[in-house]
Amino acid sequence: MRRFTLIAIPYLWLLALFLVPFMIVLKISLSDTALAIPPYLPQLDLSEGWKGFTNFFSELDFENFTFLTTDDLYWKAYLSSLKIALISTFFTLLIGYPIAYSMARAAPEWRPTLLMLVILPFWTSFLIRVYAWMGILSNEGLLNQFLLWTGIISEPLTILNTNYAVYIGIVYTYLPFMILPIYSALEKMDDNLLEAAEDLGCSRTSAFWLVTVPLSKTGIIAGCFLVFIPTLGEFVIPSLLGGSQTLMIGKVLWEEFFNNRDWPVASAVAIILLLILIIPIILFQRNEQKQRELEQ
Amino acid sequence: MAQAPVFAPWDDPSETPLIQFKNVTKRFGDFTAIDDLTLDIFEKEFFALLGPSGCGKTTMMRMLGGFETPTTGTISIAGQDMNNVPPNKRAVNMMFQSYALFPHLSIYENIAFGLRRTDIAKGAIDARVHEMLKLTRLEKFARRKPHQISGGQRQRVALARSLAKAPKLLLLDEPLGALDKKLRQDTQFELMDIQEKTGTTFVIVTHDQEEAMTVASRVAVMDEGRVMQVATPADIYEAPNSKYVADFIGDVNLIEGTASLRAITAPTPEPEDAPTEAPQEEIAAQTGPKPEPNKLGEWLHDKLLFPILGEREQTIKQLPPPSAEELKAAPSETAYQIPEGGLSLEWAAGELPIIVLNGDPHLDGKTLTLAIRPEKLNIAKARPDAADNAMRGKVIDIAYLGNVSTYYVELSNGAMIKAQMTNARRLARRDITWEDDVWVSFTGTAGVLLES
Repeated sequence: MRRFTLIAIPYLWLLALFLVPFMIVLKISLSDTALAIPPYLPQLDLSEGWKGFTNFFSELDFENFTFLTTDDLYWKAYLSSLKIALISTFFTLLIGYPIAYSMARAAPEWRPTLLMLVILPFWTSFLIRVYAWMGILSNEGLLNQFLLWTGIISEPLTILNTNYAVYIGIVYTYLPFMILPIYSALEKMDDNLLEAAEDLGCSRTSAFWLVTVPLSKTGIIAGCFLVFIPTLGEFVIPSLLGGSQTLMIGKVLWEEFFNNRDWPVASAVAIILLLILIIPIILFQRNEQKQRELEQ
Repeated sequence: MAQAPVFAPWDDPSETPLIQFKNVTKRFGDFTAIDDLTLDIFEKEFFALLGPSGCGKTTMMRMLGGFETPTTGTISIAGQDMNNVPPNKRAVNMMFQSYALFPHLSIYENIAFGLRRTDIAKGAIDARVHEMLKLTRLEKFARRKPHQISGGQRQRVALARSLAKAPKLLLLDEPLGALDKKLRQDTQFELMDIQEKTGTTFVIVTHDQEEAMTVASRVAVMDEGRVMQVATPADIYEAPNSKYVADFIGDVNLIEGTASLRAITAPTPEPEDAPTEAPQEEIAAQTGPKPEPNKLGEWLHDKLLFPILGEREQTIKQLPPPSAEELKAAPSETAYQIPEGGLSLEWAAGELPIIVLNGDPHLDGKTLTLAIRPEKLNIAKARPDAADNAMRGKVIDIAYLGNVSTYYVELSNGAMIKAQMTNARRLARRDITWEDDVWVSFTGTAGVLLES
């Protein structure tokens, strides 16, 4: 009985916080827009009994999903989001890995402090930090003033309201999510392994690629997922730092929902976004499972 | 080589050492890990660096592996100065204490790792890996990952991996530390076997003196960055050159005293400056009653036993005169003579000085320490006749270890001395027990005199 409760808790959590909201969104995505509160039809009317039930289901259709294919705005937004998410994940990894590596190599008494410094930005509101970047990146911002002062540039650079600003914002915001899992993987690594690799004829560089990187693989994968998934649906950063040409699906979704009050289409956009994320994750998991079975 | 069964290149001046440490000093900040060390290690040796933790033995090994460079001095391998040669360019491989197996690679790939870093052809790599797997009896586990095999098997993988590139020199850092005692003993012999088969020079670091004594051709005992003594295991044990070495290797009794030269007085059997009780006791024993037929016996024979036994021999039965061997084996027949020469050690007031026959006459007058192993002491309830030294004491404690027992005997000056006796008899038959007054005796050559 106790074991059953222990297993039931995470499943209840999943049911209440993921499956139920997902079913609601899925239902809305299959409905039609209406000038009502809430702004969609049909509503489930249980007073009519079984007939109400069948009526309800007969009115659900995939109209909104077909609509998404008719307008190229949507798939362009999906593609652009994927591109931005991939590029920013790559740069987050590029910057995060050396930071995590040097943290794991630092003297043990320094590590808690360094870890604290990585988490420190979370003490300030995310929105305030993004606004601060607007102050840094704008034409009269700190960065341009500094570059003009040093004489590197003669004209202020236009960074704010471009995709560059979006990349900077995303990399900055999600860096801790990349650093922490890689750090925890690297910290567990035995330093003797690198010495053993060198002893067996590796140079420092090849020892890094042959030993350190494979052993931090789990950290790299976890970090990439933690950055890629939220970035794909990111809305705040592109709308604050990006310009009109920055097309991201999170922004489209927001506009559909709040500007057009088209809940069903917005829900359909969300469902497709979820599928884009879930399918590769499931494929990846299955692949890992297979590899583990092969090893046994 | 076949004609020289004793392997001792260190005694042969024509041999050139494989490894030479020349005045090597290594400092880490203020701490001196290795202090002006000069040492030669020869080809095909199984050389053990033995010492307590922090004595610098691991630093020495890491310098051989190329992970540390000497602050001053040079290390050369096969005549080549190694100071600026990185680890990956040395014909030296190391077996790490933690084994340092790559957890993401299979056993096969772990062993092949070093070979793949060379330009050896694929087929040759495969052949070499299989040879190594066979040598270490790991063929069955080639496809497994390190976490899927036992500690003993992991240790063998680490050995196979470090031997795969056929290094000139193999370094072993506490290789058997993680194994339990039984497995460790088996593995020690396995290591010696593999060392012989491959002809590789092995340098092993250990804090376990038993392990060093078992496997090594020579042992270097280290303390605080200095080599205290380099010698064969037998010499280290039997003839330590310092109190530190004597104390570090095995159990030892240390008796301090002032040495004086024993006068060489050939004509007088008992030198005056070394009086012993022994001769007087011998005389007392000899003046006791001697066997002789008496009147009552003769009368009994004539009256009662004559019809049964017949005529009685009139002469007293005589034993045949003792042969030369018997004379040697039974020295108590004649008064035991303590050989001459050596030193006598004044160790406690009112006690006879200890006679040290192998004492160096140059040490006359100095305060010295006699180091004597517990198993070289004999204890008995009566004073043994043929003993160069005998001292009275009381058994305070007995440690029963199965094969041997260690007796803790308190001497007249309050010093505690350990004597080890083999338990040849069963427990119930042994007569010495707690609180017994006993004689601790040993020969004049049993101990070694050491300068403090």
